[in-house]
Amino acid sequence: MLVAFSLAGCSGLPVLDGGGAAGDRIAGHWRLHLWIALVVLIGVVVFLLDAMRRRATGAAGVLRPDAASERRLTVGVSVAVGLTAVALLVLLVASVATGRSLGILGAETPAVTIEITGRQWWWDVTYWDPVPAHQMRTANEIHIPVGQTVLVKLASPDVIHSFWVPALNGKQDLIPSRKNTIAIKADRAGTFAGQCAEYCGLQHAHMRLLIVAEPPEAFQAWLQAQRQPATPPASALAQRGHDVFVGGSCVLCHAIVGTEAAARTGPDLTHLASRAMLAAGTLPNTPGHLAGWIVDPQSVKPGTRMPANSLGADDLQALLAYLGGLR
Amino acid sequence: MSVPARALEIAHEPVDRESLARIWGQPPGLVGWLTSANHKSVSIRYMITAFGFFALGGVLAAIMRLQLAWPDMHVVGPDLYNQIFTMHGSTMMFLFAVPIMEAVGTYIVPLMIGTRNVAFPRMNNFGYWIFLIGGLMVWVAFVLNIGPDAGWFAYVPLAGPGYSPGKRVDIWAQLITFTEIAALVAAVEIIVTTFKLRCPGMALHRMPLFVWAMLVTAFMVIFAMPAIMVASTMLAMDRLVDTHFFNPAEGGDPLLWQHLFWFFGHPEVYIIFIPATGFVSTIVSTFARRPIFGYTAMVLSLVATGFLGFGLWVHHMFATGLPQLGASFFTAASMMIAIPSGIQVFCWLATLRSGRLVMRAPLLYCCGFIAIFVAGGLTGVMQASVPFDRQVHDTYFVVAHFHYVLIGGAVFPLLGAILYWLPKFSGRMPSERLGRWSFAVLFVGFNLTFFPMHLLGLGGMPRRVYTYLPETGWATGNLLASIGAAILAIGFVIFLVNVVRTLTRGAPAGDNPWGASTLEWATTSPPPPYNFAYIPTVDDHDALWSATDRPVVTGLRDDVREILVSDAIDATPDHRQHLDGGSIWPFLTAVGAGIGIITAIFTPWGVTIGAILCAITLTGWFWPRGEPSGEARTSA
Amino acid sequence: MIRRSLDVSDLPSIAFGAKAPLWWGVVGMMAIEGTALALVAASYLYLRGNFDQWPPAGTDPPALGAATAELIALLVSLWPMILVDRAARREQRGPVVIGLAVVTLFGLASLGLRSLQFAGALHCRWNTNAYGSLVWLLLGMHALYVITSTVENALILAVLVRGDVERKDYVDAHVNALFWYFTVATWLAVYVLVFLGARWL
Repeated sequence: MLVAFSLAGCSGLPVLDGGGAAGDRIAGHWRLHLWIALVVLIGVVVFLLDAMRRRATGAAGVLRPDAASERRLTVGVSVAVGLTAVALLVLLVASVATGRSLGILGAETPAVTIEITGRQWWWDVTYWDPVPAHQMRTANEIHIPVGQTVLVKLASPDVIHSFWVPALNGKQDLIPSRKNTIAIKADRAGTFAGQCAEYCGLQHAHMRLLIVAEPPEAFQAWLQAQRQPATPPASALAQRGHDVFVGGSCVLCHAIVGTEAAARTGPDLTHLASRAMLAAGTLPNTPGHLAGWIVDPQSVKPGTRMPANSLGADDLQALLAYLGGLR
Repeated sequence: MSVPARALEIAHEPVDRESLARIWGQPPGLVGWLTSANHKSVSIRYMITAFGFFALGGVLAAIMRLQLAWPDMHVVGPDLYNQIFTMHGSTMMFLFAVPIMEAVGTYIVPLMIGTRNVAFPRMNNFGYWIFLIGGLMVWVAFVLNIGPDAGWFAYVPLAGPGYSPGKRVDIWAQLITFTEIAALVAAVEIIVTTFKLRCPGMALHRMPLFVWAMLVTAFMVIFAMPAIMVASTMLAMDRLVDTHFFNPAEGGDPLLWQHLFWFFGHPEVYIIFIPATGFVSTIVSTFARRPIFGYTAMVLSLVATGFLGFGLWVHHMFATGLPQLGASFFTAASMMIAIPSGIQVFCWLATLRSGRLVMRAPLLYCCGFIAIFVAGGLTGVMQASVPFDRQVHDTYFVVAHFHYVLIGGAVFPLLGAILYWLPKFSGRMPSERLGRWSFAVLFVGFNLTFFPMHLLGLGGMPRRVYTYLPETGWATGNLLASIGAAILAIGFVIFLVNVVRTLTRGAPAGDNPWGASTLEWATTSPPPPYNFAYIPTVDDHDALWSATDRPVVTGLRDDVREILVSDAIDATPDHRQHLDGGSIWPFLTAVGAGIGIITAIFTPWGVTIGAILCAITLTGWFWPRGEPSGEARTSA
Repeated sequence: MIRRSLDVSDLPSIAFGAKAPLWWGVVGMMAIEGTALALVAASYLYLRGNFDQWPPAGTDPPALGAATAELIALLVSLWPMILVDRAARREQRGPVVIGLAVVTLFGLASLGLRSLQFAGALHCRWNTNAYGSLVWLLLGMHALYVITSTVENALILAVLVRGDVERKDYVDAHVNALFWYFTVATWLAVYVLVFLGARWL
């Protein structure tokens, strides 16, 4: 058990093996806790086992402790309590100091501001820009520039969710009627998993998101691409898929910038094909999974707000061709 | 062991034990069951019922472990899974942990303080029936697929009218009403019994530590439970009559729910843990063959824990976006509470180290408790730190932590206590061999189940997910935990076999088989309906290890139910009081209240119906009907 | 073996105040009810922070008339209740019966005045907004205290009038006086919070 805990101190768990300064600091703070905890636990268990080893000797009568031995015990217990208090004080100071340094990280002027709205059960993402036309909406996958502070503004129109990317920082709740923010910063490029950490109903388990940290140039290129309206259909099949999309029930919930689809209840699909996952991190974004998701979402993610769509095989193929072109 | 077990039973003038047994006993059969005013039979029923709910909650845990044993399992779907984890938490907290502690308390406390019964025996019976009706209601609802599914914490708005339509959450809210009434009744019962019915000589500073633990617990219940009662009432009203307590659109606030809930919810864990410390102190002292080391420090630690327990609730809300300064205060308070717990642990260790250990199964459970509880306490200190808590909050790290402190901190001592007092309850000795086996299997199973959960939490696994994807890397830890759960279940079965075996063919126990020091061992096993033929007197908190020729109380009547009431502080005899006997009215009142509370799930008129039914039944309950109270009547 | 004994047969069979278990039971009940009421009051103050003005825009402060009359009635009722309390300790049936009858009438008057408040003097309904919900909850909870203690007063009165009086019935009357004091004191608190607070906060 102790060995396992010690191993945890150096393994590749996301909480401990962060991708940014905040995560590293928290992990470092926890290691201090861990070492103190191990010393206390081992001390108590060894002392306990030693006490258990000494069995009754001689008469089994009730022991009348003499004053001298009680005094020794009093000294022992007092020292132990004193050491406990000192250890707690150290941990308290370390905890407050860690909190402060995280606060300083969060107070840096952000290079990017992202507004994230948690919905049952997906993440609605808007990249904020002072120029309204440059604001860009996407879902369930956010890209951030390595080495720059990103301010995430959190809101929820329905129930409480919690934004958590363990490799980058602690979690922050999204609470209706409250405005919370959290700053994240990745110090290395990579893809980090995030997820909702507050129970939010049927599909809390499948409310995941991806954070892609990439060099600032790559990030800017991505952002520019995402700001563009959707790629027009490139083939007759894709054109038919476009017609299926805007002529069917898809437009009741989804938006594709550059078409007449502008509903905001569901995820924005303008650049769907550029995203790695579907249904808030539930399925890899492949044509097969997309088809399954469109036709029968309830068996993939029971309870999801996405209704089943009975499309003819031809319509479905056309729709897949169209959506597959939305890079 | 030279313990003067029966010595106290011999005195000047003989009392009529048959008469005592008749007036303090209960009629045989169903009538006696419904009308009982005997604290022991009500408590035994309470314990069996609470353990029944524990078994049901355990079955739910097993289903969850099966579902999570591997990624993408389909044992249950999300809807049923959410009901299952909600029912598991609610059952364990409201229908097992709190009731079982209070049930053991209402059995043992009157015996330990040397009196004949609890202060309000009819209330005691009423509390049981309310508890039973509430538990049955929620479990019937679950079987009918309308079990609550918003978590045992029922956060709004998810639990509010907008996102939990139907009656599931209303059933949860009324479960709270039932169990809070039962818990509060038992708490008042324990406080008044402890303050007023102690035998002569048992001043506060001579009270056994278990009695102290139950007293502190009962006070915490009185100040903590109203918070959840208020909150669940507000929730039920938001859902039923369109009030806006938690509705942000009309000025309500979802965080108000969290404050109220955790103002109850954090003391709740101490309400479960403090009685367990009472078990441990009792058992450790008995088997170390010495008075507990640091009695005064132990008492002060209990009281300090009771107070500090109310100053920590915000550490459940570190991720909600509170101001940092306020959060630091709650960090400090949460760390500080480790000090009184630490004092208790060190005193137990000192007692064990300096005593003459007699290794018996109950003591093994307590030693296992110390190891597990310290581990759980240490992970608790970790979570007091805001930065770290915001990482592991609502992950399996927390699940691991609180199972360490609740199973390790409360269930292990409880099982030890059941083995310890089983001879007193039943008059028969449990099997030492089975006791040791059950401990060993439970200890291994427990750690295998819950230790990996720490790592799962650090690996990013959130709580309350009905499944997870293979690429998360959580499969191994979950599989280990599920195997551990199976071992844990085997341990509980061995324990149950031991209890059944004890009841059917255990060796006769005698009055004081462990050579213990407290008064419950100064009477027969099981105790007679009147507990003691003569009320004892004491001059030490380890009464039976002290002087052997203490005087006994005479002059209490043996032809009517009469108890000795004493001073709250120094326990000098004050007056003799007549105590109510058995009655059907407490049961009828519980049924009336139950009808009202359940009707209130569907219509606000339920409150009116319940009030009228209660008014009628309470009138029946308290209306004088000329029972012999031995009291001269002043005629009109 | 002959044991020394402590003979308690001379001790009295009833006691009042902190000596009586029933007194402690009622104190326990008051602690529970008082905590619940305090938590609702705290919720009221907590939600106050969500509004710029209090009561919220569009809602008038509750009218003072009926509530103030109720406050006066309850304060006046303390006097007969204190007499009941004293007479009960002396086990004097006559004064207890008369006093309880008077206090029961005061209880009914209080409930009448409370209905007037619910009927419109609050200037809001429970479903108007969170403010309205809290005002109704505070007054509703307190109305339950008034109902409970008035019903108990009436019951004890009935027992005493009926004749066959036991000594412990006087303990009941004495302990019920304690709960009545609590009822009056909590109304004072609710009055300050709801009726004056709506003007001062």
